[in-house]
Amino acid sequence: MKGFMAIIRRELKLALRQGSDAAIALMFFVVVVALFPLGVGPEPGVLERISGGVVWIGALLAAMLSLDRLFQSEYEDGSLDLLVMAPWPLELMVLAKCLSHWLVTGLPIMLISPLLGLLLHMDSGAYAALLAAMALGTPVLSLIGAVGASLVLGARRAGVLVSLLVLPLTVPVLIFGVAAVEAAAIGQSPYPHLLLLGALLLAAIPLCPWAAAAALRQAAA
Amino acid sequence: MQPIRPSTRRHTLDAGAPARYWSGMGNGNDVIFGGETVGCVRGARRVFDGVSFELNSGDALVLVGPNGSGKSSLLRLMAGLAAPAGGAIRWDGADISEDRQAHAARTHYVGHATGTKPALTASEDLAFWSAFRLSEDTAAEDRALDHFGLSGRARFPVRFLSSGQKRRLALARLLAAPALLWLLDEPTVGLDSQGQRALEAAIDRHRAGGGIVVLASHVAVDLEAAARELDLADFRPTGGGHADTDWREPGS
Repeated sequence: MKGFMAIIRRELKLALRQGSDAAIALMFFVVVVALFPLGVGPEPGVLERISGGVVWIGALLAAMLSLDRLFQSEYEDGSLDLLVMAPWPLELMVLAKCLSHWLVTGLPIMLISPLLGLLLHMDSGAYAALLAAMALGTPVLSLIGAVGASLVLGARRAGVLVSLLVLPLTVPVLIFGVAAVEAAAIGQSPYPHLLLLGALLLAAIPLCPWAAAAALRQAAA
Repeated sequence: MQPIRPSTRRHTLDAGAPARYWSGMGNGNDVIFGGETVGCVRGARRVFDGVSFELNSGDALVLVGPNGSGKSSLLRLMAGLAAPAGGAIRWDGADISEDRQAHAARTHYVGHATGTKPALTASEDLAFWSAFRLSEDTAAEDRALDHFGLSGRARFPVRFLSSGQKRRLALARLLAAPALLWLLDEPTVGLDSQGQRALEAAIDRHRAGGGIVVLASHVAVDLEAAARELDLADFRPTGGGHADTDWREPGS
């Protein structure tokens, strides 16, 4: 637990001091979503209809942006060797990295998403469902992303490659995330979709760190 | 600004009785860390073959050999970061790959890259690594910075440190969190003569306390107790060292 907290503290310090990564992801999210009213026209009916999907796709793309830095800088400066030689389970190290990645990118994305929903005339009944779905879905993005980020270590153009690897795997998050928002917008219960998102999160918490840890051991060898 | 003078601190450090890391060590006869006919392959090329070594408590092993002879590769095998292509590396009779976590807990590895983060201060960087290695002794961090002449730079962000000071910071991890086995890959690169003396003093003290040191170095390191030497040029595979013919892209 001490090592776990040490990693989170370090990652948050690094993110605060060289904040560009997190800020870029957030700005990207805002810009992508803001492009849609310009692209599809300002009719409230159309925007309202697509708002859930647009916000979710924007969040997915924004979460991809910072993924390649998750382990890449460690790989380049040599600290990955030392991280892999953790005197406690490597899977927990990956989990700590995912949690700090989520705190730095997923949490701000989640918090700003209702504001972007407002921009798209999202139905007022859907905001709570959007926040809940984001709270369950964005950690899954960080967890799946960690697997991709550790697999592409050492590859050229790792940032693009990691998006190609990870985006197809995030399809279930997208489907249930959007479904929860749309169900709430038409007055149905979003709970079944939220429960499925929760199940995805519960599956990802043990499986993704395990897979990413195996990939990191390979990268260090 | 405080002048970097590790040699003046050395005596205060050495004044106390050397810390014994492990009470079970000290009869001096058991092989604690050993390798049997270890081989290494990097990209389809056999780098070395049949390397054996035996190290007891307090021993030091200096790896020598020309560039590309596999000094760094052997250190990475010893650290458990990579698996040997033949033979076995054992700690106390058990293969180190059996319990990687336990081996990592008793091992300090300092590689070519220092692994320091430019945005952290020197003391934050060191504090992170000793917390990561579950060390409880926070006073040891100050002592470690002091020993390597960095106490005047403790609150400086790492990006303002010179490459020699970054190297000192990486070496300070050795003292900040105790570990029995030190694996040092070219630890003297970028160090000035005072930094090198501080390193030698740290190694001497570590060995006096029962620790084991393996280091690869092109620079002669002046140690109190004699160190063994392993020349990897003697373990070049016959036939030019190629497993197949030439290096090929994997899968081509």
